[in-house]
Amino acid sequence: MATVRLAPVLRASAGGSKQVSAEGSTLAEVLNDLYRRFPALKEQIQPEDQLSRYINIYVNDQDVRFLQGGLETSVGPNDTVILLPAMAGGLL
Amino acid sequence: MGEASREIMRQARKQVPEWTPAQVRESLSQQQDAAPDDREIVLVDVREKIEWNEGHIPGAIHVPRGYLELQIEEAVPDKSKTVVLYCAGGVRSLMAGATLKQMGYDNAISMSGGFGQWKASGFPFVQPRTMTEAQAKRYSRHLLVPEVGEQGQFKLLDSKVLLLGAGGLGSPAAYYLAAAGVGTIGIIDDDVVEESNLQRQIIHNTKRVGQYKAESARETIEALNPDVKVITYIERLDETNVARIIADYDVIIDGTDNFPTRYLLNDAAIIANKPVVHGSVFRFEGQLTVFKPHEGPCYRCLYPEPPPPALAPSCAEAGVLGVLPGIIGLLQATETIKLLLGIGDPLIGRLMTYDALAGEFSELRLFRDPNCPACGEHAHPEDLPTYADVCAVPAR
Repeated sequence: MATVRLAPVLRASAGGSKQVSAEGSTLAEVLNDLYRRFPALKEQIQPEDQLSRYINIYVNDQDVRFLQGGLETSVGPNDTVILLPAMAGGLL
Repeated sequence: MGEASREIMRQARKQVPEWTPAQVRESLSQQQDAAPDDREIVLVDVREKIEWNEGHIPGAIHVPRGYLELQIEEAVPDKSKTVVLYCAGGVRSLMAGATLKQMGYDNAISMSGGFGQWKASGFPFVQPRTMTEAQAKRYSRHLLVPEVGEQGQFKLLDSKVLLLGAGGLGSPAAYYLAAAGVGTIGIIDDDVVEESNLQRQIIHNTKRVGQYKAESARETIEALNPDVKVITYIERLDETNVARIIADYDVIIDGTDNFPTRYLLNDAAIIANKPVVHGSVFRFEGQLTVFKPHEGPCYRCLYPEPPPPALAPSCAEAGVLGVLPGIIGLLQATETIKLLLGIGDPLIGRLMTYDALAGEFSELRLFRDPNCPACGEHAHPEDLPTYADVCAVPAR
């Protein structure tokens, strides 16, 4: 079970949790497991087939877009996946 | 001069050869194309600091006669070099030469006539930059830190930092940049101070409610540090003014609250080659990073598109712990100072995150996107969309 950390704006879709566990050995599987349990999350970050371009995903603090696998990146039981939408409108 | 001192001078003249200023100048010019370490001749000024400050020979190093024995071996480790010493008139330098000979420097020379003769011959000299006494007191704790010192403090005094927004992030940043002696601080903000700001925008206060934030910030900064010149821009950044405004600054601190401005700033900063210190906050969490054009990723590398409004609430809608922008703003000021001084490792390609409730700092690695439309291979930052029509924050 990998650990998935959610940026603040996503937590409401996951019952308010900052961190959840998810099953899967690749990133795609982990996300599917999340979406199955939290459909609102899918609506927020991957309503289409492709991952939305305003979401960044990090596996063990590395951006998956630049890791070889993209969505096929392997995710092990001790790995942490972070979902981070574009930095929220900042602050005045 | 008494008899004993005359004897000292006689002895010194026997041991230490003298060169005229013309001879010194000729020898120095012969070696000026060589690398510093390959130069055979080292020029040492043995006068007091106050004399050195009034003018000295270009290329000379300063080892006052009072510290000669203690400092010369570190200043000139290679005792085989030709060490040309000079003072004001040629007397102290002879005595210094005798001391150097005693210490094992075989090629110590004294310049006859000293700096006085050098100037009278019309040869060039330089005056170092000095700080006022008030500045030396104010910045004394900076002067004591090796990574800053006098040179670093001058760099800060010569620097220009632009703050986008004098609000939650801009307030603390402005305070500490002013305290540090950043010579010019630009503030662009067309908003006025409201009570609800005072929970976090500490550069303002109750008396300033209703005033333009940029003006209020200026008042606070001027009271803290009169060395700082504050330039205010009571306007919003847009396509018509961004290039003109950012051109004058060395570093830009992004404390804005909306996506269009972030994209606009990003593109303009890439075109003008200006680093942007980016910060953002939400409730109890904050993030910051440094976007340095062509060295690390830019904002569009990370986020080619903004999120839909539902995913990007502003602080007015979502609320924020007042002290949190304080922390992130201070970190932005810290990164700015590191960039200005060229010290440490700025957060280029690194996103620092802070979770106040957990008490945790963490870091994510960011990468440049080779296909980024703003800074990638076929970049065209001049005509990219800023998504002004799709954002959560209503126009004020």
